[in-house]
Amino acid sequence: MFNTASTTPEKILQMLSALLLFAAVMGIILFIAGRFGGKKGDRVVAYLYLLPVLLLLTVGLVYPGLRTIYQSFFDAAGDAFIGFDNYGTIFSDPDQLTVLRNTVFWVVLTPFVATAIGLVYAILIDKSRFESFAKTLIFLPMSISFVAAGVIWKFMYEYRPDQGNVKQIGLINQLIVWFGGKPVQLLIESPLNSFLLIVVMIWIQAGFAMTILSAAIKAIPDDIIEAARLDGVNAWTMFRRITLPSVQPTVVVVLTTIGIGTLKVFDIVRTMTGGNFNTSVVANEFYRQTFNADNQGLGAALATLLFVLVIPIVWYNIRSLRQSEAS
Amino acid sequence: MTAATPVTTTPPLVADKPSASKIAKKRLSSPWASLAAIVLAVLWTLPTFGLLVSSFRPERAIKTTGWWSFFSNPTLTLDNYRGVFGEDGGVNLASFFVNSLIICIPSVLIPVSLAALAAYAFAWMNFPGKNILFLVIFALQIVPLQVTLIPLLEIFVNIQLTGTFWTLWLSHSTFALPLAIYLLHNFMREIPSGLIEAARVDGAGHVSIFFKVLLPLLTPALAAFGIFQFLWVWNDLLVALVFAGGGDEVAPITLQLANLSGTRGTAWQLLSAGAFVSIIVPVTVFLLLQRYFVRGLLAGSVKG
Repeated sequence: MFNTASTTPEKILQMLSALLLFAAVMGIILFIAGRFGGKKGDRVVAYLYLLPVLLLLTVGLVYPGLRTIYQSFFDAAGDAFIGFDNYGTIFSDPDQLTVLRNTVFWVVLTPFVATAIGLVYAILIDKSRFESFAKTLIFLPMSISFVAAGVIWKFMYEYRPDQGNVKQIGLINQLIVWFGGKPVQLLIESPLNSFLLIVVMIWIQAGFAMTILSAAIKAIPDDIIEAARLDGVNAWTMFRRITLPSVQPTVVVVLTTIGIGTLKVFDIVRTMTGGNFNTSVVANEFYRQTFNADNQGLGAALATLLFVLVIPIVWYNIRSLRQSEAS
Repeated sequence: MTAATPVTTTPPLVADKPSASKIAKKRLSSPWASLAAIVLAVLWTLPTFGLLVSSFRPERAIKTTGWWSFFSNPTLTLDNYRGVFGEDGGVNLASFFVNSLIICIPSVLIPVSLAALAAYAFAWMNFPGKNILFLVIFALQIVPLQVTLIPLLEIFVNIQLTGTFWTLWLSHSTFALPLAIYLLHNFMREIPSGLIEAARVDGAGHVSIFFKVLLPLLTPALAAFGIFQFLWVWNDLLVALVFAGGGDEVAPITLQLANLSGTRGTAWQLLSAGAFVSIIVPVTVFLLLQRYFVRGLLAGSVKG
């Protein structure tokens, strides 16, 4: 049951027995909970309900998190304590600085561009006849894995050398050729390649921004819009004075949510360039240092850095939520 | 008489004015707005469409001409799909497809059930330490997976679970809990407390309240989170790489696609078909259950 299953029937059998085991655990919890009644029993039942969750979170999240932070102060093999040296490397080594620079590009560009496109699109299609179909088209990339999105866009960026009969098979290079240019090695030219990878993330996240913002736009009271219409306000003023202020708290949430997601982006970089040609980002570098370069200490420091970078974004998010609730 | 007619037509004129201006405004802005919307929609669909068309073109055609030339010279084949499913091509996607399903089903059912219990305790029971525990679980949402992977891998090595589905089931379930508990707690708080009180007065225990009163009302919330988690697990690469990177026995389809992209980056006949096999399940789930998915998204980020 705890061995590696290699044939399909074995795999299905293992899955079913795992589910059965889980059902049995749940059954025992509910059975014991059912024996307790009244206000005093409440405590016992509550802790019983929380027991499996607390166990998993402690062993699977809290302990590993603390352990990684601890490991980030040790050398490549994880034996000798070296203080903040790994962090020193991240902020001084030329390769690591490129990684940091790329991460800044990602985290600044993706949220703002994706949110802007999502907002504009949500306004454009609001109350139109094909609204739900139009939304599905933009939203669909959200359901695709980053890996598949990477493959889709790698095909868009495909390059064929500029020789006699060779035809381009990637759409972007074909467009360049149609407009009289020469084909470019899009995924190799740095820093262009980083921006082209960012496009993929924007392509995925715009749908998320659009969905959330569309709901916020629909929540603007009709009488405000109607009053503005009666005043003869034009489309731009309507957007500046009414739509934007009304959805502003939601915009902040969308920006920060996409920002956090972008910070941890890994799959796109790995699938499209493998982090080569100066395209690596912190999350990809973490994987490379830990598993390919066998530098556990530096890997742990990069993971910890991700954690530290998320905190201010979340803090800002919570603070602005509090403010909007207070007003 | 002639003077009276304008008077009688005045009310309709007033009512007409805004709607007339509305129509005028629509005429002014609508064509451009529609055009912009169409341009965006086309831009967003084109990349996927190009690869989809390519996946049905013969290998030679994919490699020598752009997919757009399909429209002037249409040739269709299923060879690429045979190639990714066939045993001899070395891609063998069918077995990875099965792995993805085997990974996903428990990784959705386990956290949803556990989180429902925990959310019930947080929403409807009183116990010491409740607020601080809830705050801690809420805060755990921000822990990046990267921070947990290596120590977790060491634990799995120690208890000899490496190379089995258990590593993926356990880690995906754990990672999902903070968000699941938070979302389900929000939904549960919306249920009128009178319902719970009434059931308690009737002598119902926590177990029967949970199953008879709450569960039917919670179905949309459970569905919303279930879809969310399903898409997340199916599309995951990082967790799979770390815990199942070694053997093909447990690796999901995303991992095989990523490997294919790395080692055979120009084999577009395999990559295009492989990409579509890997996205067919999440896209279908998404299209069928979009309503629930959107509701889950909104509960997660708008309420905050």
